[in-house]
Amino acid sequence: MNAIFIVAGKELRDTLRNRWALAITLIFAMLAIGISYFGAAASGTVGFTSLATTIVSLASLAIFLIPLIALLIAYDSIVGEEEKGTLLLLMAYPLSRSQLLLGKFLGHGLVLALSTAVGFGLSGLLIGVLSHEAGNWALYRAFGFFILSASLLGWVFIAIAYLISASVSEKAHAAGLALLVWFLFVLIFDLALLGVLVVTKGAVGRGLFSYLLLLNPTDVFRLANLAGFHAARAASGLTAIAPTGLLHPGRLSAVLVAWVVVPLGLAVWRFNRRKI
Amino acid sequence: MSGMAVQLQTVTKRYGALHALDAFSLDIREGEILALLGHNGAGKTTAMKLILGLLPADEGTIQVLGHSPTGAAALNQRRRIGYLPENVSFYDNLTGREALAYFADLKGIGRAARESLLAQVGINHAAHRKVKTYSKGMRQRLGLAQALLGSPKLLLLDEPTTGLDPLATRDFYAMLGALRQQGVTIILSSHVLPGVEQCVNRAAIMDHGRLLACGTLDELRQRAQMPLVIQVRGDWAGETPLQALADEGLPLHRVNGHHLELAVPPAAKLDVLRRILAESGVEDIDIATPSLETLYAHFSRQASVETAAEGA
Repeated sequence: MNAIFIVAGKELRDTLRNRWALAITLIFAMLAIGISYFGAAASGTVGFTSLATTIVSLASLAIFLIPLIALLIAYDSIVGEEEKGTLLLLMAYPLSRSQLLLGKFLGHGLVLALSTAVGFGLSGLLIGVLSHEAGNWALYRAFGFFILSASLLGWVFIAIAYLISASVSEKAHAAGLALLVWFLFVLIFDLALLGVLVVTKGAVGRGLFSYLLLLNPTDVFRLANLAGFHAARAASGLTAIAPTGLLHPGRLSAVLVAWVVVPLGLAVWRFNRRKI
Repeated sequence: MSGMAVQLQTVTKRYGALHALDAFSLDIREGEILALLGHNGAGKTTAMKLILGLLPADEGTIQVLGHSPTGAAALNQRRRIGYLPENVSFYDNLTGREALAYFADLKGIGRAARESLLAQVGINHAAHRKVKTYSKGMRQRLGLAQALLGSPKLLLLDEPTTGLDPLATRDFYAMLGALRQQGVTIILSSHVLPGVEQCVNRAAIMDHGRLLACGTLDELRQRAQMPLVIQVRGDWAGETPLQALADEGLPLHRVNGHHLELAVPPAAKLDVLRRILAESGVEDIDIATPSLETLYAHFSRQASVETAAEGA
């Protein structure tokens, strides 16, 4: 059996056993159903609203939650194993550092993708049926894309977590850095961009500005999911300024894939240079 | 080169300003058990990591089972090497059997071989329990089981007897003996010298990354030229026996009226023994040759005296 799959299998088993996978799935399902059911409470009614509204609300929540979960399950992957002493032993086996990291990525990535697919997918199906949209295939496709891109977003932050884990010498530092990364991408980045926009009174070109959004994977995810819902754009904050040409879901997915590949490549590079 | 399992030639490894290994050369023959002895920080673990290819050498060349440990064939090479790190640890949430299975999979070892190893190291009764419930000794046994996966040609054992009780330590050394019979080359480091003495072919004494001495126990004794201690018991009724020897300058210590100790240079052993036997009233003789512990202390002390002299 290939070393990568052996490592992936172990990570998968670990995450299933310590109930991380179950917890994530439940959180996702509860969020989706809760948002759909109570989403319209402000207008005085409760009940299952349409999938379209659910997707727009869920995308905003997923941006907070998925990066946090991904960072949490992966931040100690290398530095944690080193502190425990298992890394030294593993590296004496016929297993290269790249194989170890890729195996972990496969395992963690599968857990997150499965949790997203099961948690969001089942509830999406339920919402579709209960809100009498069962025949609307376009909506299912949009929800399917939401699940795929949510997995991609998770993988981005798993890769970033590995880069952190391969670069620091203490687990506590990795945890701190992971939180910092979360704050930076989820909270600070948009605020900072908004600040620049206000201070420069819009002197920064709109084109350049929207490309700056690509520097934040959570914004890319937001753009990708809101692209299909023009009504939602006004309510989607900074991403509302993006030109339509940028909003092609395929192109945005490619950007997310790049956001997975680059940090993962850097993590492999850092790990290969790390002193054990 | 055939006949040599591991060759280190003038290998230097630095961590910043610290020389973990300093022009260190050592050959380890196929099928021998070699002990690496030294205080903490002497370079034993670094030497093992270099042999495993976990660290690159700054200078010098290393050959392990005929290949460079960091070369292209290195990964595959590790199938033939077993390693037990100091303070081995496992994934606490796995059972002993699952932990071993993970490592066995990485080496491509099947279930039957795994199970027989669990029995061989004596933890098959606890294999269904999580590793976090294991005592230090049981972890060490599991560590040994993983090191033995795949019948390695070369075993690197870093402080293998830490945490083992005296009986388990004896069993462990017996197992090493059996492995040597099968042609396995074993390098082990240890602080507990008395047990090591009985099982190793050669010992290499290290200090600050340098090799102070290497050889069989007899060779080390020869080099150290440390005196043997001869203990004589007898009934001398108030006389002063062996006074002639004391007069010739041999240190003679009178423990009590019936018990004498003589420190004798190795070369004079037979001559002195003859003279003792010629003495009347002698009832018993014991000869204590310098133990590995004594030799280790001797070479280490000598090195620190030299270092101090260089510094002055």
